[in-house]
Amino acid sequence: MPALDPRPALDPPMAILAELTHRCPLQCPYCSNPRELERVAGELDTESWRRVLDEAAALGVLQVHFSGGEPLVRRDLETLVGHAARAGLYTNLITSAVLLDQQRLDGLVAAGLDHVQISFQDVDDAEGDRVAGYRNAQRLKREAASRVQVAGLPLTVNAVVHRQNLARLGAMIDAAVELGARRLEVAHVQYYGWALANCAALLPTRAQLDAATATVEAARETLRGRLVIDYVVPDYHAALPKACMSGWGRRFMNLTPTGTALPCHAAETLPGFDFPSVHTMSLGEVWRDSDAFNRFRGTDWMLEPCRSCERREIDWGGCRCQAFALTGNAAATDPVCHLAVERGRLEEAITATQEAPPPFVYRRMGGQKDPQETAQPAPLGAAD
Amino acid sequence: MTGGQGIILDAAAVPRLKPHVRLQFNAARSQWVVQAPERVLMPDDIAISVLQRCDGKATIASIAAGLAREYEAPAETIESDVIEMLQDLAEKGIIDDARA
Repeated sequence: MPALDPRPALDPPMAILAELTHRCPLQCPYCSNPRELERVAGELDTESWRRVLDEAAALGVLQVHFSGGEPLVRRDLETLVGHAARAGLYTNLITSAVLLDQQRLDGLVAAGLDHVQISFQDVDDAEGDRVAGYRNAQRLKREAASRVQVAGLPLTVNAVVHRQNLARLGAMIDAAVELGARRLEVAHVQYYGWALANCAALLPTRAQLDAATATVEAARETLRGRLVIDYVVPDYHAALPKACMSGWGRRFMNLTPTGTALPCHAAETLPGFDFPSVHTMSLGEVWRDSDAFNRFRGTDWMLEPCRSCERREIDWGGCRCQAFALTGNAAATDPVCHLAVERGRLEEAITATQEAPPPFVYRRMGGQKDPQETAQPAPLGAAD
Repeated sequence: MTGGQGIILDAAAVPRLKPHVRLQFNAARSQWVVQAPERVLMPDDIAISVLQRCDGKATIASIAAGLAREYEAPAETIESDVIEMLQDLAEKGIIDDARA
């Protein structure tokens, strides 16, 4: 009886991040996937994804981002893109691109793919391959980007930046223009999961961040009208928290390879949740009725200083996963906030940026490796 | 890096939605939306009227003249408003000039 529902009207999600698999040939130490990776046996099958995409379109979802892991590992990617496109969804492929050969691209274009986002680890080949833990990754990515441009699909380059590659940011922006990108995301690593384990190896100094911001602002002026540059700052250096996911359960839904629905891709790090599954609930029920999506929705859950803060509907209390990771309380104010009691936790990490970076903990199946194993760089070219 | 400026629109420009940008009516939301790479815009009624006329054939001058007749408003004001709006959308990568 919707007419008697006392809750305020709820807009449908704008977009769904469909993580089709956690399998990936790369091993980037800042991967946004959880430390405990899902294995192939648990992945949703084609038919289930078709049903989920239909439910998403019926709910009013506008865009679906096919991601992973590496979504091209799934042989049914073209089928799913075609299904989403026929349902009226705007389809985006978020890929490392090392598997994006001409045949796969042709199939995706025929299926109606709207847009491709390719991540780059660096502009320097040796460094890019080292971070990805994959031989020739950089070359394969450049070749794939060129194919995307020839195919007439709009390309976004996602340049992931951190203390070990920020010196080359200007060259990375130039490279995005040369690759024919229409959009560039200069994305500072955000410190959850794998990246949090590698924080000391990746977090830039304040001086590096300021130089990067100046580089981006200058490039935005020079390239106005030709390249749109989105800039995601590392919030450890900020005084105010980010509006994480534009607010919990406000605009986005993340679906894991096994069909678990999450308000953000890191939400499984939070304790005390029973996240809904597309096996047992429709996407509409997940969005409207599940405890998980309602837990931190709006402002009623907030503690002080958020509860009475005039920014509470601007930043929505910041990031719940960061609050839990650094304070042990998922309902606490994001420790990025200058008003947070726990702000000192971030200062410790920032102070550590004065030290030499430690070796990476590479992203691999089976979760965290013994730290002894990570002392040496990963073997290049190793799959999975 | 290649040099040069982004597009500057004037009354003679012929605006069109870029390839892979769609103006689309979403039935579930009962709302027009502009779908673009990793971006959604929710245009207001005026913007919808303008975007529906951006067919890659009509000039901004003729689009503005049509809107002026429809809304019984001064054509010069409408034209400068339309240029301003479309210039902003061009810089966001939503539209371009079919002459370019």
